[in-house]
Amino acid sequence: MENLGSLAVLLAFCLAVYAVIGSVVGRLRRNPFLIVSAERAVYSVWLLITVAAGVLVHALLTSDFRFAYVAQTSNRAMSQSYKFAAWWGGQEGSLLFWSWLLSCYAAVAVWTNRKKVRDAMPYTVAILMTTQTFFLILNAFVVSPFQMLAEDGSIVAVTDGMGLNPLLQYPLMRIHPPILYLGYVGMVVPFAFAIGALITRQPGDRWIHVTRRWSLITWLFQGMGVLLGAAWAYAALGWGGYWAWDPVENASLLPWLSSTAFLHSVMMQEKKGMMKVWNAVLVSASFFLCIFGTLLTRSGIVSSVHAFAQSPIGNYFVAFLAVGVAATTYLILDRLDFLKSESQLESVVSRESSFLFNNLILLASCFAVLWGTLFPVISEYITGEKISLDAPWYNRLMIPIGLFLLFLTGVGPLFAWRRTSLESLRRNFLIPGIAGLLLTAAFFAAGMRNFYALISFGFCLFVALTVVGEFYKGSRAISQKNQMSFARAVVELTHRNTRRYGGYLVHMGIVLMFVGFTGAAFNQDKTAEVKIGDAFQLGHYTLKVREITDGDNENYTWQHAKIDVFKNGEQLDTLEPERQYYKASKQPIGRVDIRRRINEDLYVNFASMGSDESKAVIQAYIFPLVNWIWFGAKVVLFGTLICLIPSKVKLQYARTEVVGIAKKNVPVEA
Amino acid sequence: MAKYWKFATLIVVIIGTLVWLAFAGAGESKTYYKTIAELKQMGDKAGTKRLRVAGDVEKDSIVRRGGEVEFTLVGENHRLRVIYTGTEPLPDTFRDGAQALAEGKLGPDGAFHAGKIQAKCASKYAPAQPGQPSAGPAPKTS
Repeated sequence: MENLGSLAVLLAFCLAVYAVIGSVVGRLRRNPFLIVSAERAVYSVWLLITVAAGVLVHALLTSDFRFAYVAQTSNRAMSQSYKFAAWWGGQEGSLLFWSWLLSCYAAVAVWTNRKKVRDAMPYTVAILMTTQTFFLILNAFVVSPFQMLAEDGSIVAVTDGMGLNPLLQYPLMRIHPPILYLGYVGMVVPFAFAIGALITRQPGDRWIHVTRRWSLITWLFQGMGVLLGAAWAYAALGWGGYWAWDPVENASLLPWLSSTAFLHSVMMQEKKGMMKVWNAVLVSASFFLCIFGTLLTRSGIVSSVHAFAQSPIGNYFVAFLAVGVAATTYLILDRLDFLKSESQLESVVSRESSFLFNNLILLASCFAVLWGTLFPVISEYITGEKISLDAPWYNRLMIPIGLFLLFLTGVGPLFAWRRTSLESLRRNFLIPGIAGLLLTAAFFAAGMRNFYALISFGFCLFVALTVVGEFYKGSRAISQKNQMSFARAVVELTHRNTRRYGGYLVHMGIVLMFVGFTGAAFNQDKTAEVKIGDAFQLGHYTLKVREITDGDNENYTWQHAKIDVFKNGEQLDTLEPERQYYKASKQPIGRVDIRRRINEDLYVNFASMGSDESKAVIQAYIFPLVNWIWFGAKVVLFGTLICLIPSKVKLQYARTEVVGIAKKNVPVEA
Repeated sequence: MAKYWKFATLIVVIIGTLVWLAFAGAGESKTYYKTIAELKQMGDKAGTKRLRVAGDVEKDSIVRRGGEVEFTLVGENHRLRVIYTGTEPLPDTFRDGAQALAEGKLGPDGAFHAGKIQAKCASKYAPAQPGQPSAGPAPKTS
């Protein structure tokens, strides 16, 4: 079996190399047979990597401990679903997973475009397969998952494996890595099409239309992957943080920031033929940041709680990045004439300028996060001292950036193209603006003194109302014109221009998430050593440790606490945090219990037994509004799905005209 | 041309603010990586900077007192007494023999007052496990 896996990876490597050479030579010599054979090689690569992945998954599921990888990441007592998840639980497996996802994407991209963009397609295939080749080199020659345990030259099996890291044995962990990877890997497709278009000097912005759905889906996966990671950290790590500006978290955020910028600035290219260079740069940056993120996670160049041990693959990634970035930079510089802008900026208060600032801010934040993440490396290189920048530094920088972005989210979509009249500013922003100010004033009067929280709540209401206003105005017009109910009109409105109204929904989700982030300004916590039967106070809750029981199953031993929660003398709930000790990996771990409510979460961790057996150390936290983050994420998901539905009214780039009433808002086009 | 000046001014203001925030804020949240030996040589300066010190947790040195945890870090034959007073629960991997990373400041009492501890479990990748004779050999490629 293991030989089949190794062989499949090797063959896939050969075919990927063939696909690169075949498609480029075929394109240069105008040989359609060669081009088609290269495309078929892409499908074969997919098939072969699927076989290899199948071998590894089979070994994991059947606990074949002759495989070094299986012995390291799995053990007999684990449930089947975690055994499956062990596929991406370690270095070798997760790189094979990367490869496999890449081959899936490549196969689908080639299949769906087999009759389109023929002249640029060979280069797209070449880019896809070059990346594939790189990962297959790692899979086949550097960190093969098909290494066997051997003794005196013969293969042996251990009786049981060491088990998946207990922190990863958590339900969310079964989906967080695949989702994030889908986002990471997916970025290669828009990049490959963009490069293909650049090489062949394809006129117009066809590559943007071809890859719009890809970019959007990839962006969605990235965002959801990051948020699932945050949700996992919140529920699994025991201190209730969902974001700590850890290098690996940053690595997952970086490509999201740049692809968010990309999603916005492509609209400028579609509508006005502007920012072409910028878009080429952004799509490349997003792709390379994805690779960089994988490098950061896998090589251990910066110390992180997530990072795996030091490993040799870092150099390979650095080499790939260096060559890739250099080649892309050269290509973009060489094609500057072809990327010339077709129109110019006209006014500071215009849609164009709001896109410009959106991009500027997203890119600045991307650069800031990158700078902070690499600061230990940079400072060691320059001063010889290794210095790291911590969460307060990021917060100091990122909170104002976030708030400015939130503000742009509100005003940007309502600015008209080219320039915006004072009259339309007043009409669109008067009510939301006043409401936002009133809310801030009300919170201030109620005693809230946190500067950023006050601003954030004000902005959140402001943006939410502008979004609601857009839906309301449009739907009212439709319902009056067609005599349909208001709810029906909302659906109709959204369906007529899914991109625009889906986008508004995404913005709404972001607003909800900001409400949740702002709640962190009011967190409370308390650590107490309590005798069993005694109670302690946190905020308006009284927590009473009722009993502690212990027990055992084949995977771990556990101590289970029952803590009754009282508020104003009335019992609300019983929280049951647990401590587990995993036998295979010999690791203890805490499992928290959370009482989730819309206004706040009560979060309880059973930290350890106390100084004697009758006492327990309990950590309790109140996290206001944190639920809004997860709810906002669902709204973002829903909004993005709406964006993916084709609009009912076919327009090159649908605008306010669809609604019927907004025409006078827009200055007449020249 | 006037509109380009407006754009340029805005962009400069935004970037300038961010750069200012980045550099003005860096001082307080900088943490220096030091070994225990380096820390001992720093003398008086050690008390003013936030430091990150790595070492192994000495066996049987962990003492818990209410919210505080005291232990000894060992590295390159130097020992350092660490008092942890942070609010986050100590990581589950933190125990005797683990590699730990303590972040905080050196106090006037000579002890290192940490607000944050990271720990890596040293035994996670140990090949041999007692009672399992066949688990001995290190991985090799077939």
